[in-house]
Formats: sequence, C-alpha cells, structure tokens
Amino acid sequence: MKAPAVQIEGLSKHFATGPAVVDLGFAAQRGEILGLVGPDGAGKTTTLRILAGVLPADSGAAWVAGHDVVHDPEAVKSHIGYMPQQYGLYEDLTVDENIRFYADLFEITSAVRKQRSGELLAACGMMPFRRRLAGQLSGGMKRKLGLICALIHSPEILLLDEPTTGVDPVSRRELWGILYSLVFQGVTVLISTAYFDEAERCHRLLLLHRGGALFCGTPTELKSKLPGGVLSMASAEPERLRAALADADGVLSAMAMGDALHIVVDNPQRRTPELRARLEGAGLTFGDIAPMGATVEDVFAYMVSTQPGDRGR
Amino acid sequence: MLGRIWRIIVKEFIQLRRDKYARFRLLAPPIIQMLIYGYAATFEVLHVPIAVLDLDHSQESRDLLSRFTFTGRFNVTEILREDPDIPNTIGRSSIPMAIKIEPGFSELLRKGQTAHLQVILDGTNSNTALIALGYVTQIATTFGQDYARERLGSLMPAMAATMPQIEIEQRPWYNPDLNSQWFFVPGVIGSITIVLVVNLTAFAIVREREIGTLEQVMVTPIRPVELILGKTVPFFLVGLADVILVFVVGSLWFRVPFRGNPLVLALGTVLFLFNTLSVGLLISTLCSTQQQAFASAFFFLNPAFILSGFAFPISSMPRAMQWITSLDPLRYFLVILRGTFLKGVGLDILWPQMAALACLTTVLLTIGVLRFRKSLD
Repeated sequence: MKAPAVQIEGLSKHFATGPAVVDLGFAAQRGEILGLVGPDGAGKTTTLRILAGVLPADSGAAWVAGHDVVHDPEAVKSHIGYMPQQYGLYEDLTVDENIRFYADLFEITSAVRKQRSGELLAACGMMPFRRRLAGQLSGGMKRKLGLICALIHSPEILLLDEPTTGVDPVSRRELWGILYSLVFQGVTVLISTAYFDEAERCHRLLLLHRGGALFCGTPTELKSKLPGGVLSMASAEPERLRAALADADGVLSAMAMGDALHIVVDNPQRRTPELRARLEGAGLTFGDIAPMGATVEDVFAYMVSTQPGDRGR
Repeated sequence: MLGRIWRIIVKEFIQLRRDKYARFRLLAPPIIQMLIYGYAATFEVLHVPIAVLDLDHSQESRDLLSRFTFTGRFNVTEILREDPDIPNTIGRSSIPMAIKIEPGFSELLRKGQTAHLQVILDGTNSNTALIALGYVTQIATTFGQDYARERLGSLMPAMAATMPQIEIEQRPWYNPDLNSQWFFVPGVIGSITIVLVVNLTAFAIVREREIGTLEQVMVTPIRPVELILGKTVPFFLVGLADVILVFVVGSLWFRVPFRGNPLVLALGTVLFLFNTLSVGLLISTLCSTQQQAFASAFFFLNPAFILSGFAFPISSMPRAMQWITSLDPLRYFLVILRGTFLKGVGLDILWPQMAALACLTTVLLTIGVLRFRKSLD
C-alpha cells in the first residue's frame, strides 16, 4: 500500500483561549475526498492550517505528501493548495492578475500558467470574467477564483476550509464537480464543512468534536454506527414533540427539523407504539411516524450526545 | 527569488494605480504642505494690531508711539482713553498688545530719570507675545538712546560727539534675509517623507493581514525576505519620487538655493527612506487592523515631528527631551537637508548625522525584520 497523502498522529494545538486540537490522529489516502465535519470550534480550521504549514503545532506529528510539516513546513508548500475560509484575493486586481500573482509566487512558467489557468477558468465557467476586478465578482465566483489560485501550481493535496460557506447552490454544485474531477486526476482533497448534507459527498469523513476525532470512515460506515434506527415524525411543532420525548425510554437523541422530528431510537419497531402512546397521553397532535435512513447529522447528534459531559445539542 | 519579488512589486504598483485616491494621497499632501510652510509658516511678527493709552500727552510720548507704527511690525488700531479700556481690549483677543504711557512720562525723561512704558500682552499665544515683546524692547531702547544723545547734544555738544556706542552689524550667513521659507521648505522634504512612507508601508502590510492575503501568500514557497523586499521596494521608490517632487517645487517655486553636493543629499535620503521603511515594517508587526496601524503611526509620527527640530529648536528643550531627540531619525535628516541646501556642507561635516541615521536604521530594520518574520508564524 502506498503511503497516505496526509497522516497525522497525536496532534495537539492549544491557543490562549483553550485547546483547539487534542491528540488528533487520522490519515487521508491519495485520490480521496476526506471531509472534516463538525460544528464551529471543533478544530477544523486549526487542523487545516497546521497541515498547510502556516500554524505550528504544539505536539504530535503530521506528514503531508511525505514531508514532515511540523519540522519542515516550507517543504510542504509546493505540494499543497490551501484555501482558507477567508480567501485572500486582491479585490483591486483582476481575475487574471490574481492568478498571475499566485502563479508567479509558485514560479510557474508562463506557458504552464496559461494552459492551466485556461483549463481551470473554463471548468469554473469564468472565462468571460478574466478582466473583471475580483472585488466585483459574486461570492460564488470569488470562491471559484480562490480555488483556481490554489490550484494553479497543480498541487497533489488540496486543503479547503469551508469552501462552500455562503455560496449559492449552483456554484456549490460546480465546486463539487471540480473537486471530483481533481480526485479523478489523483489529487487528495481535505475539505472542512459545517454542513452535514455536504458531508455525504465526501469519500470518507472525520467527525470532529472539541478538537478530537469522534469517528473516521465512509458515510455508510458512519451510519452503521447508529444503534437502532431513525424515526421521522411529521409535526407542525417538532420542538414540542422533542421536549415531550427526549427522556422517553429507548430514545437516544432527538432533533427537530422543519416539519418533522427525527428521533434516534434503539429499536424502531418496538418503540414506535410506545412513543405514539406517550404523545397521545400528552395531548400532542402529530402525523405519521415512519422509519427513515439515517443522515450524517443524525449520527453526529447521537455521537455528541453520548460524549461524557454532553447531553444532546 | 527575483521573479517573486518582482511580481509583488508589480502587484503593488497595479494596486496603487487602481486606487483612485492614491495618486491624490501621494501628490497633494507634499504640494499642499510645501505651500503651507512656504507661505503661512513664519516666525516673523508683522502688523500686530495694538492699542495705545497715552496719559501723558507730551511730545515725547507721541514720538515714542509713532515709532511703533513706523517699523511695520505694529498697527495702532485703537486709541484708548482710560485704564479700564485695556482689559476690554486684550480680552477681545483681536488685539494682543496694549501700550500704556503713564502721566509724567516726559517729566521724568526731562529730569534725566527712568520713565516707564507699560506693555500689556495677551500671553495666550506665548510665541507671538515673546517676539512682539522683543520688538517693543528694541524700539524703547532705541528711543531711549536717541533721546539721551539728543539731550546730551543740546547740553554738552563736545561730550555728545565722543559718546561711545555699539552698533550691531547683522550678518546672517547662509540665509542673509532670514527668510522663513528657506528654513522650512527643505524641512518639508523630511516631514513629508516620514509621514508618507511610514503610513504607506505599515498600511500595505496590515491591509494584507486584514483581508487574509498575507496568510495566502505564506502558503506559497515565498521566503520572508522576498516578501519584505517586495512590500518595501515600491514604497522606497514612491518616497524617492516624493522627495524629488518636493525638491523641484522648493527649488523652482520658492527659489530655495541648493548649494551642496546632490550626492550627499541622495545618500542621506536613501538612509532616511530605509529608516522610515523599517518603522513602517515595525508598526505593521504590532497591528492587525488598519485602524490600529493608523493610531500607531500617529503615535510615532507626532513626537517624531515635534522633537525633530523642524519648528522647535532642540537646544531649548530640557536635557531629557534632548536625549530623546537623538532617537528621532527626522532630526538627523533635517540637519542633512538644511546643511546641503543652505550651507552647502559635505560629508566632512554631516558624517555624524549619516552615521546616526545608519545606526538607527540598522537597529530598527533588524527588529522590524525579526518581528515581521515572527508575525508570519
């Protein structure tokens, strides 16, 4: 087996405000999309910044593209493309000038730059905007330009910090299209997201909570971690149902959605009549109760609720 | 290496060109400051409006008062009648000085005794008051001498002819007319450059930190020294261009003579520019937002200006303050500017200033570069 593209062991980083990453370990294989999933403050950005070589770790080891980031962050830089949450585009430079700037910092020859930027611009549908100032682009286009700049030197590993936050659904789909084609070419992508629906698009997931890994595996493996199953209960007032059912026997976690309540229970078949009886006893109105496939969010909520010192969300 | 530095320099100039206000910020302040210092800033006191209260009504008192108007330093704008008029007049602050001649003034003079001339000044503006008082003293002294000689001449002509006397012959070297413009205009080169370059450098770096491009640039294989050079060379060039602009305007418009060796001034300018770049770099490492940079730059620039000897003589400052001025780069550059412009002196005279600038720059640049490198982590 080939060496993993990214490997981390016992990585820790403390800030003055508290621990950001605690004894974290995982590996990303070549050509996969590994999603770092978790709420704000889970340690996603800190992990990515350490891997990008812009933040020194307190302890632990991290290898990126075979180089030791902790001891030699400079060696990593030509192998990776890093796109921070706040992507640094020069808003008073045009699309082409931004690309040119980053290409020159990576010392790409102009022939390679022209070919590569042409391909990337075309893939992003940004050919017509080459002469537009970056500051006049829409939010989605800014992200795409950021991605182009981060990809201009054909990195083996791409580190993306919440690239789709604040991006419209169409641009988001385009971004994912680009990521899949990169992976097809053998690029490894580490992407952080706070959106659980987006996590399903990753090959493998790393669930982060308070700086540590709750789980690392495929979305399917993740869902299999859920004991029992998920029941969906239609209701106009899911939050009231949640309050009534949260401490019922067999309920592992409950999460109110728009017009439904998702309840993780140990045994859906056995618990359905029990829950129904409890709600009727409380005089609450509700619709159908039906078993449903677990989402990443359901599993995350369940996993967090079983953490010591944590009761639900 | 050179490719990356060059790309950053090109980028800075593109950004400068795109910034509509940048051209204004780079061109207007030097010209405006030059005009302000050239025309408005002067230590001379001319046409000061004064009020007079003559309670003696004698030939002597009238003679003395007429001397005030003849000099052109004072304009008698109000004739007062009684004592209470004085506080009313000075209090209005349009008239900063009143002269009062007591009854019996001429009487005392004729008896050969000391007569009194009372001068009431609005001390709010201590500088003007002080200078005006100097002129009053001069006028009164001359009047006294003239009066004494006249009396002696009428009583004992023989003695009057042999009365000893000292006449002052003024020979102000380098600036024979004591022209304020000649004093200020070379200094403007220094004050403009320090404000412009410190601000530009600090802001350019802090802005990148603020919008996140600095982190983005740091994930490229760029070396800190390349980044520092790329970010400072453009402002070195801008600073140099502004020095030349002010130099040309000062020489052609205000006709301030340049008597020294241009190469000596060039050397001093380069040292001073390095110094201001270091200060800008240092400030940028202390700030994470442009607002902080603005406040920090102001915190440095204002004392640097006041302690430089631009307007306030260092020799009049308390000893402790004089020591502090030795840390002020502008102080040395002003000596170099005035020395090369007006005195025409060379390195044999100005080497201590050059050496001081070089030392100060080395220290600041070292701290600036070290701190900057650390701030990138």
